[in-house]
Amino acid sequence: MDMNNKILSELPKISRRKFLVGTAAAGGGLALGFSLPFGIAPAAAQSGAAAAEVNIWVVVQPDDTCVIRIARAEMGQGTLTGLAQLVAEELECDWKKVKTEQITAGQNLARKRAWGDMSTAGSRGIRTSQDYVRRGGAAARMMLMQAAANEWNVPVGDLTVANGMINHAGSGRKTSYGKVAAAAAKLTPPDPKAIKLKDAKDWKIAGKPLRRLDTADKLNGQKIYGIDLKMPDMLHATVKACPVFGGKLASYDESKVLGMPGVKRVIKVNDSTVAVVADTWWRAKKAIDALPIVWDEGPNAKVNSASIAEHLKSGLTGSDAFADIDTGDAPKAIAAAAKKIEAVYSVPFTSHTTMEPMNCTVKLSPDKSEIWIPTQNAEASLAALSSASGQPLDKCEVYKMDLGGGFGRRIGNQDVVRQGVAIAKAFPGQPVKMVWSREEDQAHDFYRPIAQCRLSAGVDENGNLAGLHLRVSGQSINAFANPAAIKDGKDRRQLQGLWPQPNDAQIGYTHANLRTEYAMRNTHLPVGPWRGVNTNQNGIFLECFMDEVARLANKDPLEFRRTLMSERPKHLGVLNAAAEKAGWGKPLPKGVHRGIAQFMGYGSYSAAVAEVSVSPKGEVKVHRCVFALDCGNVVNPDQVAAQIEGSVAYGMTALHSEISVDNGRVVETNFHNFRVMKIAEMPKVEVVLALTHDFWGGVGEPTICVVVPAILNAIHAATGKPVRSLPLSKQGLTLV
Amino acid sequence: MAQLNINGRTHNVDVEPDTPLLWVIREHVGLTGTKFGCGVAQCGACSVHLNGEVVRSCSIPLSAVKAGDKITTIEGLSRDSSHPVQKAWAAIDVPQCGYCQSGQIMAAAALLAKKPKPTDKDIDEAMTNICRCGTYHRIRAAVHMAAGNTKVGSADATLSDKTTV
Repeated sequence: MDMNNKILSELPKISRRKFLVGTAAAGGGLALGFSLPFGIAPAAAQSGAAAAEVNIWVVVQPDDTCVIRIARAEMGQGTLTGLAQLVAEELECDWKKVKTEQITAGQNLARKRAWGDMSTAGSRGIRTSQDYVRRGGAAARMMLMQAAANEWNVPVGDLTVANGMINHAGSGRKTSYGKVAAAAAKLTPPDPKAIKLKDAKDWKIAGKPLRRLDTADKLNGQKIYGIDLKMPDMLHATVKACPVFGGKLASYDESKVLGMPGVKRVIKVNDSTVAVVADTWWRAKKAIDALPIVWDEGPNAKVNSASIAEHLKSGLTGSDAFADIDTGDAPKAIAAAAKKIEAVYSVPFTSHTTMEPMNCTVKLSPDKSEIWIPTQNAEASLAALSSASGQPLDKCEVYKMDLGGGFGRRIGNQDVVRQGVAIAKAFPGQPVKMVWSREEDQAHDFYRPIAQCRLSAGVDENGNLAGLHLRVSGQSINAFANPAAIKDGKDRRQLQGLWPQPNDAQIGYTHANLRTEYAMRNTHLPVGPWRGVNTNQNGIFLECFMDEVARLANKDPLEFRRTLMSERPKHLGVLNAAAEKAGWGKPLPKGVHRGIAQFMGYGSYSAAVAEVSVSPKGEVKVHRCVFALDCGNVVNPDQVAAQIEGSVAYGMTALHSEISVDNGRVVETNFHNFRVMKIAEMPKVEVVLALTHDFWGGVGEPTICVVVPAILNAIHAATGKPVRSLPLSKQGLTLV
Repeated sequence: MAQLNINGRTHNVDVEPDTPLLWVIREHVGLTGTKFGCGVAQCGACSVHLNGEVVRSCSIPLSAVKAGDKITTIEGLSRDSSHPVQKAWAAIDVPQCGYCQSGQIMAAAALLAKKPKPTDKDIDEAMTNICRCGTYHRIRAAVHMAAGNTKVGSADATLSDKTTV
C-alpha cells in the first residue's frame, strides 16, 4: 500500500474523461504500433510498422487483425477476454480476428497514464474500466468509418459496418478495417462525451459465453509465465527470510556453499533475508538449504496461535472498540428480549498459495532498470523498481507476465520486487531470476487476517428479532499496509460487508436495534487482501449467527432472513433466486441437509445454498452448491460461472485448512500440512445470474463470502450443532 | 553425462545425479511447460509420463531414470494440441490461470490411457493434482468429454449451459 501511495503521488494524475481526449489526440499522431522490448513479442510488434494504432486501445493490421490493448492483469479471472469483448463490441470488428496485447507500466507512464489504472484487485478489472474501454472501441469504429467515408467522398452516415467490413449500400462499395486503418489513425478522434454506447440488450460479442482468448498456450506447455523466462546469461536466485516475522539475519557461513556446483554468490538481501545465486535454480536451492544460517529470532519467537487467540479475545470485551452501525439500543433490546443467544466465532489466518511461487527477473543496466514479474499492479511494481534500484521512473520498465494465480498476493506489497532488485544489484547488466520455494511462499505471505466475533441477539415471543449486536476483534489490513486509510482511529475496512452504505459491501439487513463494532487486535504476522478480503470472515460471522437466531426464533432460516430485508431488494433478490433454483424447502435425499447465506461485496450481491451430508465419523460431503449473483451486467456468463466455481474451491480450502503459528513462525509450510481441496471434494456448482442491469459490480470476489457460511449452516442443519470455530479440521470434521 | 529420451528425442545432460527430473527438464533440456509447484510430490504441477505412467518429476532424481526410459512432457503429448484431453480442455475452457494445467492434462491423459471410460470415482482417485483457481468442476467435465462420455454442447459438458441468466 505504501507503494500504491507512492505511485499515486509520482505518476501524473489524469481524469478518466481527460485521458481519452488527450491520448486519442496522441494516438492520432502515432500512426504505428510501437515495438515493445519484450522477451515475447506481442501481436502488434510482430506485425511491424504496417500496423496502425487507431487509438490507444485498438491497433489494426493490414490483414484486418484487430489488436486490442489490455491494461489490467490476467491471472486466470478472464478479464483479458472480457475487456476484449467490450472493446470489440463497440468496434464492430470480427471477433475471430481479435488478438490482445498487454501494455507495460512504462508505456502507460510515458503516455501520461493513457490506459488508466493498471491495478487488478478488488474485482475492479472490468467494472471500473468498462465505460472507457467501450468508448475506446466506439471511437476507433467511428474513425475507421470516417476514413472510409473520406476515401469514397460520401457522408459517414450512409455507411454501415459489421464484422470489420464497412459497406456503402448506395454504391455497393466495401472495404475492411485493415485497408482504412492507416488513414483512420490520422483523423481527429471524436469527443468521447458525444459517443453513444450500445445498450447491453443489443450486444453481439459482449454478454456472450465466448471461449477465452488465452487458452491455447495453456494446453501445450507453450505459455511463458514469469517463472519460465529464459534470457542470455541469466542467473538464478532463491532466498530464505527469517522464519519468525520481525526476526533478523544474524550470520551465515557462505564458505560452506561457495564450492557447490554452479554457485556464484551468497548475498545479504536485507536485514532478514539471504539469497544464493547460481547458474540454475536447483543448484541455488540446494545451496541455500545447505547454507548455515543463524537467525536472531527477535521478540516474537514465543508467539503461538493460542497466545494470538487470547489477544483477540481481549478485543471482544475491551473498551477500545468503535461502533459503525448503532441504530436504536441493541444491547438494551437484547437484554429485555424474551429469548437471547450469544456466540463467539473465530476464523484463522490463511495463505494465498498461488500455484506459481513468487518470482521475478530483474536486469539492472546503467541506463535502465527492468523487471519481468507476475504482478497484479504493474505500476506499483514500477514504483518499487524505481525506489529499489535508484533509477528514475522513466528509466524503469515493468513487463507484466500473466500470473500463475494472484488472489491478492501480488497486488499491494512489492516485497518480491525489492528482493529481486537487491540481488540483481550484485550482477550489473545481467538478468537474475529469483524464484521462491513453496516453503518460502507459505512462510512469507501477507495472510488473510485472523478474527474473532462476539454476537448476541434477542427474539421476542413472536419470534421476531429484538436486536442484534456484533463485535469483530481481529487484525487490521490497513494498520499493517496502509495506516493512512484509517480515519479517526476507526478502521471501517475490517467491517467490510457489514457497512450501512449502499453500493459496495452493504449489510443485507436493517433493524431498529442493530450495532456493529470493531476492536483492532494486531499480531506480528503480515496481513493483506485475500480473495474476498474481509467479506470472508464477516460473512461467516453474520450469516452463521443468523441461522442460530432463526433457530432460536423457531423460524426457517430463509423466512427469518426475509423479514429483515424489506429495505434491501437486491440482497433479497439473490437470496430468493438461489433458494428457488436450489429448491429450498423441497425434500432432499436422506441425510442431506441445506444451508443458506447471502452477503454483499465488491458492488455485487451474492447468495448460496449448499447441500451437505455429515457422516458419524465427521466426514463432510458437500454435494451441491447453488449460487445467485447480481453483478448488474455480465460480459461473459461462462467466465462468471468459472469465477463462481473457483470461489467454491478457494473458499472450501479456507474452510478446512488454516495458517497457524508456533514459535513465532508459520507451521503450514507446504501442501503436506496445508491441505488444499482436490477434485474429489468439489461439489456440483450451479449458477443463477440474477441481473438487475442498472449497475456494474465485481465478479472475482463477491461469491466467496457465501460459500463457507452456506456450507457451515448446512453442517449445522445436519448435526444440530453450530460450527463456530474454523478450520473444520480442528473441529473433528473433514471434507471428503 | 546422462542420456534422456524426452518426447522421442535424446538429450544428453551433464548434471548432478541428485537433480530432480523436473529441474533437468526445465533448466537443462529447456522445456518449461512442466511446472514447479511444491517440490515434494504433493501438487502435481510437475506431472510427466515415465514409460506411460504419470509421475511427479519434482521428486524423481535423475539417477533414478534408467537409460531407455521414455519420458513424455506436456510439449510431447501431441504435436498440435490434438490429444482428446487437450481438445476437451479447450472446448470447455478448463484453465483459469493455467499454471497447474500441464500437470492436470498429463494426469488425465494417463488416466484415460488406462481407463478409457472412467467413472467419477476413477477421476477422484486419479486426479489428485492441486488447482488453486478451482477448475476442478470443469476438469471433471472435460475428462468425461475426452472419454467420449459426453459431447461438446451437451448440458453435462458445457458449464455455461448450467448458468441461468
